[in-house]
Amino acid sequence: MRAVLWQGTNHIGVETVPDPTLLLQSDVIVRVTSTAICGSDLHLLDGYIPSMEKGDILGHEFMGEIVEVGRDVSKVKVGDRVIMPFNLACGVCEPCQRGLFSACDNSNPNHRMAEALYGATSASGLFGYSHLFGGYAGGQAQFVRVPFADVSCFPIQSDLRDDQVLFLTDIFPTGYQAAENCGIQPGRDVVAVFGAGPVGQFAARSAQMLGAAHVIVIDRVPERLALAEAAGMQTINYEREDVLVALHEATGGRGPDHTIDAVGLEAHGHGPGALLDTAEQKLRLSFDRITALRWAILSCAKGGTVSMPGVYGGLVDKLPLGSAFGKGLTLKMGQTHTHRYVRPLLSRIEGGEIDPSFVITHRAPLSQAPDLYKTFRDKKDGCIKVVLDPWA
Amino acid sequence: MPAVERGVVGALGVFLLTAGLRGGSAWQRLVLGGLGAGLTAVAVTGSSPVATAFKVRQNEDGDVLVGDAVTVGKPADELYAIWRDFAGLPRLMKHLKRVEVLDERRSRWTVQAPAGYAGGEVSWEAEMTADQPGRRIAWRSLPGAAVENSGEVLFRPAPGDRGTEVIVRLTYRPPGGSVGALVARIAGQEPSQQLRDDLMRFKREQELGFHPTTQGQSSGRAGSSGQNAGRGGQA
Repeated sequence: MRAVLWQGTNHIGVETVPDPTLLLQSDVIVRVTSTAICGSDLHLLDGYIPSMEKGDILGHEFMGEIVEVGRDVSKVKVGDRVIMPFNLACGVCEPCQRGLFSACDNSNPNHRMAEALYGATSASGLFGYSHLFGGYAGGQAQFVRVPFADVSCFPIQSDLRDDQVLFLTDIFPTGYQAAENCGIQPGRDVVAVFGAGPVGQFAARSAQMLGAAHVIVIDRVPERLALAEAAGMQTINYEREDVLVALHEATGGRGPDHTIDAVGLEAHGHGPGALLDTAEQKLRLSFDRITALRWAILSCAKGGTVSMPGVYGGLVDKLPLGSAFGKGLTLKMGQTHTHRYVRPLLSRIEGGEIDPSFVITHRAPLSQAPDLYKTFRDKKDGCIKVVLDPWA
Repeated sequence: MPAVERGVVGALGVFLLTAGLRGGSAWQRLVLGGLGAGLTAVAVTGSSPVATAFKVRQNEDGDVLVGDAVTVGKPADELYAIWRDFAGLPRLMKHLKRVEVLDERRSRWTVQAPAGYAGGEVSWEAEMTADQPGRRIAWRSLPGAAVENSGEVLFRPAPGDRGTEVIVRLTYRPPGGSVGALVARIAGQEPSQQLRDDLMRFKREQELGFHPTTQGQSSGRAGSSGQNAGRGGQA
């Protein structure tokens, strides 16, 4: 089959590799019909997530049709059209029972590697996202092996297009959880979203769905800001205005009640803090560039929430913890417990509340993945979201 | 720090110190002399900086202590029964090749020997020193064991109906003292790593009934062992 491979920092390839096979009887094989490039894949492209190996198959946003099932699979069958959360969960351990699927105890076979970097307990497995997170082959390919199939596969019965349900695998639940984590008081709270990429777009729309009185979106890319404006949000271009001053004014001096950092570890930003971050990251003194997180903390109103769906990998420097402490902020973060949100958000899509395909700007065959990774990263050609067809 | 290790470190220290004093460039004298003085001091004080710097836990007799814990979503009685069946332990602890039960208290344990060790395996006899159903099992090696060791496993109900906390503590005297333990760790054969893997395997076997794996999955690496199943993938 054809698959998108990580061949080193800044080097993505598309090659023919062996078809996947069932490795355990709880697995299924899915013929992938649509697969997307996620903003977090760009951290792999840029080499900021440790433990990638040359030849790893990328991709954690994909859907398709089941073509083979293991003996122990009981809830799905050959022919089912399914979507799979990007993270893997066993469904039986205590965190899974509590709905904390991304904290699954059992899905990461490389638990020891994760424990060495992240401390006492291991992170869950992820599709196509480094060996630290299990080393599972991803779904930017014609076929993919899906472990824990009874827990992982969510059948889609309605006649919605792939485009409309594909993002239930990651970015829609990720944006939604970020908004939910804010504990928005409907009709009262103002929410600021840093980063108008796909996750930021979904976080902002989710904040609206959860009743935010006002949503402000911060970015520097005009077409991304325009997409947010089209949905009735206020926007701030941080290259034209001082973000902190603009947010101060937009909220009558209170600051947004909640701020969402939908940027993560490769924040651009400007000013001395951003320069220092870049220097430290280049020198490997710090993993993460945190301009967006700094703004999110500094701008947030007293008693508010800083919600962090953006990915962080390691250690950060110059985190304004004193500000967070002084204002009594709540920080919420982490991988999305995607499994929790698939069905409720699918109902919202079916009910016409939202059509997630609004973020798609590029559709292409799998073979164009290497170019499109860079187009997406460099925000060229108006690129906001890329969907690949593995069979085109 | 055991006497033998102290002797070896001390001899090395004195040797380097002498070499350092004899001559060479100023740098060589400084480095060799400094290293030699350091090692000599270690031998004299008898406390190993290797052990503390690399977190090798040791007791006063120089035995290495290894412990780990895992919470398993099953009742204590069930988990105890699995551990109490010594003959079945090699399924839980990967480094064990077999355990033969000799009588009520005694058993014979066999492990894969480290590379280069004649015979390919090491065996010793052990006796059970405590057996409290549903709570604790303890054992120790009988005199004559190549690697003196002892251990215990505790079963403790986890708060909030989360199953059972399984705590394993092992004590052993590694050939080569703390330095030997460190070398073994670097070689990936150190018991604390082995124990972590074993406990996670145990948890997953109990909770899932299988072990998650990516062994044999397809990739773009040479030797990727996924089969070309002929599903019509475009070449």
